This record gives sequence, C-alpha cells and structure tokens, in this order.
Amino acid sequence: MLKGLGLLEQPASSGSPVRGPFPVEAVRRDFPILGITVRGRPLVYLDNAATSQKPQAVIDAIGRFYATGNANIHRGVYALSEQATVAYDQARSRVARFLGAASPSEIVFTRGTTEAINLVAQSWGRAHLGAGDEILVTAMEHHSNLIPWQLIAEQTGAVLRAAPINQQGELDLEAWHRLLSDRTRLVAVTHVSNALGTLNPIRELADAAHARGAVVVVDGAQSAPHLPIDVVALGCDFFACSGHKLYGPTGIGVLYGRAELLQRMPPWQGGGGMIASVTLERSTWAEAPARFEAGTPPIAEAIGLAAALDYIDGIGFEAISVWEDALLRRAVELVGAVPSVRLIGTAAHRAAVLSFLVEGIHPHDVGAVLDDEGIAVRAGHHCAQPVMRHFGIPATLRASFAFYNTMEEVETLARGLGRVREVFG
Amino acid sequence: MASLSELYQNVILEHNRSPRNYRVMADANREAQGHNPLCGDQVTVRLRVDDGRIQDAAFQGSGCAISRASASLMTAAIKGRTPEEAAALFQQFHRLVTGHPEAAAPETLGKLAVFSGVSAYPIRVKCASLPWHTMKAALEQTRDPDQSPSPDL
Repeated sequence: MLKGLGLLEQPASSGSPVRGPFPVEAVRRDFPILGITVRGRPLVYLDNAATSQKPQAVIDAIGRFYATGNANIHRGVYALSEQATVAYDQARSRVARFLGAASPSEIVFTRGTTEAINLVAQSWGRAHLGAGDEILVTAMEHHSNLIPWQLIAEQTGAVLRAAPINQQGELDLEAWHRLLSDRTRLVAVTHVSNALGTLNPIRELADAAHARGAVVVVDGAQSAPHLPIDVVALGCDFFACSGHKLYGPTGIGVLYGRAELLQRMPPWQGGGGMIASVTLERSTWAEAPARFEAGTPPIAEAIGLAAALDYIDGIGFEAISVWEDALLRRAVELVGAVPSVRLIGTAAHRAAVLSFLVEGIHPHDVGAVLDDEGIAVRAGHHCAQPVMRHFGIPATLRASFAFYNTMEEVETLARGLGRVREVFG
Repeated sequence: MASLSELYQNVILEHNRSPRNYRVMADANREAQGHNPLCGDQVTVRLRVDDGRIQDAAFQGSGCAISRASASLMTAAIKGRTPEEAAALFQQFHRLVTGHPEAAAPETLGKLAVFSGVSAYPIRVKCASLPWHTMKAALEQTRDPDQSPSPDL
C-alpha cells in the first residue's frame, strides 16, 4: 500500500511524508520479517535499539546491486565500476543530506558507530591530546563511547572524566558544567541513551564545550533512527551513527566530521584508497573522507543505507516521532501497571526505550518467558555497565520500539509480563 | 520445539526459590569467584576439602534461576565426592546441557538431569555451567581467586 503511495521508490524530497493516523499496518507489510512466527507465535520485535528490521526496499537495493551492479569502486575505466562508484558517492550525498551536513566530504563511511568513534579517538585524539588534557564523557555512555576514550587517555596521558547521572537517568547538568574546564579538549556524549532512552541537550552542551575550546563528539546511534538530525543545528563537531539501527544493513556506519577538523586529521588506518601517492619509503594522503576509508569500503551496504534513508524520509520523522511517542506512553502505562514491575530511567525527554525490572526475578528469566510468547526484548547490561552500577542492578529488561510496532504488541508485552509471576510464583 | 516448562522444570524453580547451601562457610579452605560478563551473573563457591574429599560446599551470588538452581543442585551433588569425581560429574553435566551426543543417560546424573532442557537454549548453557566452572577453579586454586573462569560461549 505504501508502495502504491510512491513512498518507497522516490527520493524523500519528492515523496509525501505520512499525514493523519499512522498507517502502521501498511508500514509493517514493507518489512517481511514482521510476518514470521517465533516459537509458534507471531514475532513481537521489541529490540530495535539493538538492531532494527529491514524494509523490502533495502533488501531489494542490496540484492539489485549484487545481481546487476557489483564491481569495486574507483577501479578505472569500465562501466560497471563507474556505476558502482557513482552509486557509492550518491549514498554519501544521501547520508550528508540526512544528517544536515554541509558537504558529502564531511561524511566518512565506517563499519559502524563503534568504528566511527574509535576513528575520532585514534586520529583526532592522537594528534591533539597530551598529558594533563581532559576528555569529558558521561556516566550514561554505551561502552562504545567510553572504551575508545579510555584507550586514548591511556595512550596519550590525557585524563578521562565522567559526569554523573541522576535517579531519573538524566545527565546531571550542573555536575557536567562543573567538570568542563579549560583543560577539557574533547567532550563525548550520547544523544540518546541506549539503556534508558534519555535524550541529552546536545546544543547546550556543545555551546558550553566550544566556549572552552573543546571539540564535541556525539554518539547518535540511538537518536538517528528516531529524530531528525541536523548536525549544524546540534552544534557538534563529530556525529556517529550505525546503518543497521537505521533500518539499513549491518557493517556500515557513518562519521560526520566538520570539514575543517576532518581535513586536518591524520589517517588512522593505512591501505588502498586513502593515499595521494606512495613510494616504498613514504606516502601522502588523500583528502577526507577518502583518507579515512582504507581498503574496499562497504559498497553494497552504503547503497542499502541510502535506500533505508529514502524509506525513512518517505514516512517522515514527524509522523514517526508522534507514533513512537504514543507507543512509549502506552508502554509506560501498561508495563508500569504490571505488579512488581519497576521502571528504570524516567527521564522527562526520552526516545521510545523502556528499561525495567520485575522485582525478585532475574531479567534473563523474564526474557525467557517473554521469548516463549514470541516477544523479543533485550535482557542484560546493554553494554552500559556504569549505568547498571548507578542503579545498583546487574541488568535490566529493555523494550525498544520502532515505528512499525503496534499498540497490540505493547499489550502483548504487558500480558507476557503478567505471565512471569505464574511461572516463577 | 523446546518449551518453557522443559527449561524451567519444577525442581529448578523450587531450588531457585529455596537454594540449598546458600551461605558463607567459615571453615572453607577453597574458594573461587565466577563472573559472566555478558549478563552480570556472579557466584562465589566455597569448599572444604579434607582427606581427599569435598566435605562441604556452599555458594553465594546473584544470577538467573538457571544459574542459582544449578549452583544449589551442584553443591548438593558434589558433597562427599573426591575432586576427581566432581570434575567427572561436571564433564557429564556439561555434555547434558550442551546436548552432546555422548551425554550420559540422564538417570546417572540423578537430580542434575532436570537441566536437560537447557540444551535447547544455547544462550543459557553458560548460566547452568558458571557454578561448575567456579567450583573447578576453587578445586584447582591455580588461579588468582579474583580471576573469573571463562564462561562457555
């Protein structure tokens, strides 16, 4: 049905975003996996913060590339390679448009958010950090926006500082501002917490950091799938996100870097495609972004990601955020009302992520009961052990929603949780 | 298709609610801590080994029903055995929970046979075997007590 509306095959700029009631049933038909059964029950997929499902448009774009367009890029004269090169470059432009970047040259393709952050740490960090310099992170970071900074701090003698979070799971802004100093060279912060859904006020943090001369790295893995991103309006210097959480393929991520920073950064991996000229003794580097894309890049994945962004923009973030907010509100209401459920993280501004515990029952056991009902949720520490420690718990259950989830699925989740007590008494 | 009731057999649910040997052991002479970094489960196993036999066994920690019941049933099962017998029992138990084709007949495992359903849930194998790895580390005491035995993957 959405296909009939022309939402799938036209670029977003000429597509017509959804207006009126959210057409969730039509949207679901675009995602073949949503029709499968698990343990004999219809799949209720509520682990979207881990990875999202893929619309047919993405699956087709990847299949089409391999079936009729596959060649390596930048391999000279033959037509197939030229086409692949054009498609890869178009994907970069598509991502630049999606993130509000001024130019495609500010977009580096990586393996994912993790690699994008490691790139900044190892390239910008090695060039700019020294003993006594400070890196400021927060206590709500995913390990991927924490460990790269621990590593570079160890390598350069820089000091890593972490701003605490409060009992609602929000950043303690007062403490953050106190920890920011003239020694702070780099600020790394997640846009949306993967474990709690908390939305951080990036613009406020970026302005304060810039006033101290620090650069700002935003982990956008959990925000890009839910909010319209404008890196210029956010005021960040670097923004990282992952294709597979954006309804695109695994194996591709994006680093946005402000041009004047990116162009001055040294390479961090060497290989083909990132050089200007090479002798046996020494080499000179290509301009960014090629300088940061050593080796054959994820070509099919870039094309798949571009198709995913077309698909998302075809629906429109306005409609997506209204629907996801409604799902979250219903989930807070229904799950919060299940006896012995305790919600973890109750930030005022948050994405459609619900972390919770069933008192007295380990999250793994709750997860197993839900799995038996066909419900896929995450049980664990969500690669955010400092967040778990803050709340004094080893793990939580996390239901994370996407625009293709339904109110009925939220009800199924709440009913499944009701069954946990029956099993464990 | 594996069912939830095969994973959570009544004996497991009962040991989860009322674990045996969940206590500090003042006269323990072997101790090790196990940690599963993937799910945060932690267990401390304490043993008293005298005259070549495990005279007493106890555990403490936090974990899911499978790991808690496994620790409870393990401490009961290894008491009175020699370290070699306990290690051999672990091997049999491990074959059972991993669905190893040469797994011993369930009846030779006694009560431990209630973990047969775990083999249908590969992710839970490490929950069931963490207490056993920790027990083995305690018996060996070759490693630093703070070091975690590696969980099965």
